[in-house]
Amino acid sequence: MKEREKPVHGDDNPKPREVKRRLKSTKRISRRKRLEFEEVELPLQVAIIGGGVAGMEAASVLTEHRCPVILFEARPELGVNVKNKYKIFPDFSDAGRLVETMTKAMDHPLITVNKDTEIVEIIREPDAYTLLDNKGVPHTVPAVLLASGYEPFDAKRKEELGFGIYEGVINSLQLEDMLREHKVLNSLGEDPRRIVFLQCVGSRDEKVGNHYCSKICCITAVKQAIEVKRQLPDTEVYVFYMDLRLWGQGYEELYREAQEQYSVRFVRGRISEAASTFDGRVQIKSEDTLLGQPLKMVTDLLVLMIGMEASPGTQKLGKTCGLEGPYGFVRSKSPHLEDNLSDKPGFFLAGTCKRPMHIAEAVNDGRAAALEIIKYLRK
Amino acid sequence: MADFGFSISKPQSIDTNDMDVGRLQALEAKVPSFKRCINCGACTATCSAGQFGGFNIRRIHNLYRWDQRKGLEKELQQCMLCGKCTLVCPRGVNLRYLIIRLRKALADNK
Repeated sequence: MKEREKPVHGDDNPKPREVKRRLKSTKRISRRKRLEFEEVELPLQVAIIGGGVAGMEAASVLTEHRCPVILFEARPELGVNVKNKYKIFPDFSDAGRLVETMTKAMDHPLITVNKDTEIVEIIREPDAYTLLDNKGVPHTVPAVLLASGYEPFDAKRKEELGFGIYEGVINSLQLEDMLREHKVLNSLGEDPRRIVFLQCVGSRDEKVGNHYCSKICCITAVKQAIEVKRQLPDTEVYVFYMDLRLWGQGYEELYREAQEQYSVRFVRGRISEAASTFDGRVQIKSEDTLLGQPLKMVTDLLVLMIGMEASPGTQKLGKTCGLEGPYGFVRSKSPHLEDNLSDKPGFFLAGTCKRPMHIAEAVNDGRAAALEIIKYLRK
Repeated sequence: MADFGFSISKPQSIDTNDMDVGRLQALEAKVPSFKRCINCGACTATCSAGQFGGFNIRRIHNLYRWDQRKGLEKELQQCMLCGKCTLVCPRGVNLRYLIIRLRKALADNK
């Protein structure tokens, strides 16, 4: 992050002195009207970078505390990563509806939403930050929340698994689309006889540079296996795993349900490679490690459970702000009590820009960050 | 002594009390990445010798971990050192080198 020495932008840009004066006035108001400050509108805007579930939840909470928000989203829509899912674990609730509810809340007089707007530079001012967007417009604010999120792993990087080469190899997000359309079909457009899921694609894999566990794929595969069996009871479903980590509330129960009620077969072994068969299906190689024997299996669909990586925005902004943590994620001040703070005052963090999280975690993290911001602005 | 046609079968379990941990430690010192194995089986899945000859490097090194060396030297001869196992390993274990060191260790410590 650059430290500002002299103003570099046009006349629209408030001078540092002006920013300071406005900050002082906030302090005065809050001190005088401490008892009724819930009703006092904070005159200063908070900038939120990223309109995913964490960013949107933070915006909602900030406006509940009468704090104006300017939200930046690089994509044309809000909440895309969640919206790309059909149903979410562990209760099979509708992901689209969740995003819809959150997006509706953004229609608020205190919230300005800027879609298709990427923040390209962040300049640190005395007691403020100036964000420069891709249209060249500067926005000076006393507090910034970085909620720039994650990106699904690109399975093409695991070439040996044949994603983008064989039609029968798909990723877990493509399966979500198929499930939404109720069209889980093989490459020939027929009902699949067999579907194989492979865990840890892009996670826990030194060969792609990611040592970490994305932590949501295990339960996602269990959820998707059940959804497949509900739509196609005659399809055989196998899940190949290295370790199954069903750590959350209700996850283990879902795993049992998948085994007991849906006859999903769990195989302890990683798939080392996939190849096409003459009839457009996919042959995989693995080992049943509990048996100690290699195995081959032909499947209609191979579903790669792709993990979470820091989004390009997260990587870029983490670097410009000097907050880059492991694997391109951003680093918080400390993981226990200061996880929404960065080592820069007024610069806050929320959601999957820090590490893989599930939806509820990201939402809670956005909410927590908003409260940290309010605490900071009222000081 | 009269032969009644019965005998006491030897215990089939691994007696870890008899283990020489030093042998494992020596191998780990030579191939430190070996400690990172999580037994995912990708090495055996991709192994050409495994498809045809029943060679299973994962099983072999697990036996060696418990100091169970009987027959391992012969089994290791099946490996052609093609190195595919090393290429697929998600934990970056240098399996090809591990096999070379295992062969040497077994030949030296008969």
